[in-house]
Amino acid sequence: MATDLAPPATKAARKAEKGRRPGRVPVRTALLRYRWLYLMLIPGLLYFVLFKYLPMYGLSIAFQDFVPFLGYSDSPWVGLKHFENLFTGPDFGRLLFNTLFLALLTALFVFPAPIIVALLLNELRVSVFKRYVQSLIYIPHFLSWTIVFSLTYLLFSVDFGVVASWIHSLSGGGPKVDYMAQPEWFRPLVILQLLWKTSGWGTIIYLAALAGVDPNLYEAARMDGAGRWRQFWHVTLPAIRPTIVVMAILTSGNLLDQSFEQIWLLTNSLNRSVADVFDTFVYYVGVTQGGYSYATAVGLFKGVAGVVLIFGSNWLAKRLGQRGLF
Amino acid sequence: MSDNTTATQPAGVRHYSSLGSRVFDTLNIILLGGLALITVLPLFYVLAGSFATEGEISARPFFLWPEKFVTSTYEYIFANDTLLRSLLTTIVVTAVGTVVQVLLTFSMAYPLAKRYLPGRTLVLNLVIFTLVFGGGIVPTYLVVRDLGLLDSYWALILPLAINPFYLIIVKSFFQELPQALEEAARIDGCNEMGVFFKIVLPLSKPIIATFSLFYAVAIWNDYMSPLLYINDNSKWTLQVLVRQLTSPDAANAIGALDSAVFFPQQGLKFAVVVIATLPILCFYPFLQKHFAKGVLIGSVKE
Repeated sequence: MATDLAPPATKAARKAEKGRRPGRVPVRTALLRYRWLYLMLIPGLLYFVLFKYLPMYGLSIAFQDFVPFLGYSDSPWVGLKHFENLFTGPDFGRLLFNTLFLALLTALFVFPAPIIVALLLNELRVSVFKRYVQSLIYIPHFLSWTIVFSLTYLLFSVDFGVVASWIHSLSGGGPKVDYMAQPEWFRPLVILQLLWKTSGWGTIIYLAALAGVDPNLYEAARMDGAGRWRQFWHVTLPAIRPTIVVMAILTSGNLLDQSFEQIWLLTNSLNRSVADVFDTFVYYVGVTQGGYSYATAVGLFKGVAGVVLIFGSNWLAKRLGQRGLF
Repeated sequence: MSDNTTATQPAGVRHYSSLGSRVFDTLNIILLGGLALITVLPLFYVLAGSFATEGEISARPFFLWPEKFVTSTYEYIFANDTLLRSLLTTIVVTAVGTVVQVLLTFSMAYPLAKRYLPGRTLVLNLVIFTLVFGGGIVPTYLVVRDLGLLDSYWALILPLAINPFYLIIVKSFFQELPQALEEAARIDGCNEMGVFFKIVLPLSKPIIATFSLFYAVAIWNDYMSPLLYINDNSKWTLQVLVRQLTSPDAANAIGALDSAVFFPQQGLKFAVVVIATLPILCFYPFLQKHFAKGVLIGSVKE
């Protein structure tokens, strides 16, 4: 084997390689020299082409009346018809409202929960108890949305749900409420599920920030006569503020991304008007009803809006002096 | 680090003796204890319900220990083809899928960690772009269909084969491995594939364990892929079965099961949740450790 075909083995050779601009290496030489590395790259690259980039090409059906039989190239092109239908039809307003309303409720109730729990955990003085609590409240993170849905059903169902019957007896009788079917109970259930599943696990990142606080700061505060509350207010809270800001920015970048599985599982024919969000609507119309092109147009709109949100929140992060995502 | 063991008492030993402080401590313990209870009580109830009789489930609103302890629901499950098959299917798909996904992720991350590889930046940018934008549900569904993967178990594995986030984290990990061993192997005439399998992978055991768990939990818990790609109800995974059995329209799903003389209609709902949850809880100590690490890697590196 000629030496120039082997990967640069010595430090000097690698340094020389680094100094060279990548474009300078003739393609054939590079392919030969690094053939094993390229070979290892192929399966992964194939994955990205097949399952990530081919679907992006498939987005073109948003501008067609796609007929599976005719395929991508022969289906008739219709320009922006599906987008016009989307923006002038009744779906868009409902989808946007449902999505943003859920995002608002999440920001109000779900986002602060792990912060509060982490702060409470941080004040615990019995470390064994703290460990037990942590171990228990992390559990739901690992359970599937299907399990969360089933637990909700077993607890809230109208026939034998425990919580349902408790509420019923506490409120002094009256007609039984079917929480799983009533549209006005859809959003509270979504928020309850999110609280149960995420508020324990979400503490990790805040606890990490709290663990990094210099004990000398508390010492100094105590010297200055600060009691427990003032130490919390002037040392603990400022310590996790940057983490809160970063998490808020990340969350706002994913504003349109509800968990498909969670929403879809809770959706039924009775609550569809409040339950539909972009992703579940795309699945429902596109895959189950065969409205490929219209659903793809809806999905494309959501995808583009998502990109705008991510770059927007990243820009905001940098404006606020935070390290952005990219 | 917020590993449970190290994150205690970040502020050093603090002593407060004021009345208000002690009242707060007591309330805090009650509050957090209550939170922990709310988290686990539903799971205990489901476990108790799965060992209870049909009558007890309907009659008693809540219990943590059945009055009459019966295993008939489980006996039914383990005698029922549909239920047993979906359990085995899920185990096999999770095992095979985890191996495939870890292999694909790690073997792609390795060349991407070599800064001198021409074309590396292009590929990395292609990967990072998919984090921001994608084809979405319908175009991906159409690709899977065109590949003939509908109703194939591979549809549960291949479309999610590489998580771009994990790929980038593994790549960063490879970049920080000491290069001396790799170079020694190369000088001894080992090709890159050999270096990867003989030197790099054995050095990466802890991170392989972490990402195997990540992938395994994701496949085990996946409901969207079978929903999209599996129509044949003899190929239902456990998660689909859980959904079908514990829903207001469960009667339809029950019709799909082989009819038997004895049918624990209520108990089944509890038992199937237990079966789908149990493996996760068995692995929970490892999961907790590795996932906590993963969260922090992600937050530091991204």
